[in-house]
Amino acid sequence: MVIINFTPLSAFTGGLLIGFAAFLFFVFNGRMAGVSSIASDSVLKDHNRYDNLLFLIGLIIGPILYSFSGKEIESIITNSLPLLILGGLLVGVGTKIGNGCTSGHGVCGISRFSIRSITATIVFILTGVFTVLIFGV
Amino acid sequence: MTKLSSLIAGIIFGLGLTISGMVNPTKVLGFLNVFDAWDPSLMFVMIGAILIFSPLYFIFKRKSRPIFAKIFIIPSNKNIDKNLIIGASMFGAGWGLVGLCPGPAFSAISLLNINVYLFVLVMIVGFYLGKLFQTKSR
Repeated sequence: MVIINFTPLSAFTGGLLIGFAAFLFFVFNGRMAGVSSIASDSVLKDHNRYDNLLFLIGLIIGPILYSFSGKEIESIITNSLPLLILGGLLVGVGTKIGNGCTSGHGVCGISRFSIRSITATIVFILTGVFTVLIFGV
Repeated sequence: MTKLSSLIAGIIFGLGLTISGMVNPTKVLGFLNVFDAWDPSLMFVMIGAILIFSPLYFIFKRKSRPIFAKIFIIPSNKNIDKNLIIGASMFGAGWGLVGLCPGPAFSAISLLNINVYLFVLVMIVGFYLGKLFQTKSR
């Protein structure tokens, strides 16, 4: 194992912002900022639909706002088309069945000391690591 | 008013995803590439987010109600069941294949990459399929 591209400061700063956003969503809307639930509810449920859609629009505005600082945003996808589609399907189906993703289980759930979310987070990180081990980066 | 706070929370969340580098699938895969060339950065994203949210959550959940909405909605399901394990495993596999989870996938829409659009579209199809599976297994 070698350590590469390690950017702890920007990662931590971004994390603080994510935590603060989750706090705002909780204290104003009374809800957990789990993006997979917000996204799936926005298409599957009428309740809170506009809240959900506006949160997602906010997610899209975030990087645009950041780009005004003049810094480049790096985002590289190297997958072949079939793997990209398979990956998207697995993420969609998996987060729906498992009721959460990196934000819902990983950030909000762990913050609440939920054993269920801690379990889910360990499982998806382990399967993620295992998948990268097999398919490579 | 909940619409305004949703939008603002989303924007700050999206800023956080951008600054932390999570909108870059290659960086996320670097985090999962533990046994080869490992980029531990994303661990610090989670630590930062939890460090802020966790104490504030426990302080504010004791309030009688949220500022704009009527009630706090806190997940009550504590079961570690088959659905949780299967779902989390599938999600982890998809995450490890592409390097995108739902939050960054939406944020990356602004980066005008056709691959991201396809991913988000298929992910939404996945939500429908997942719901079908959920209703069947009940």
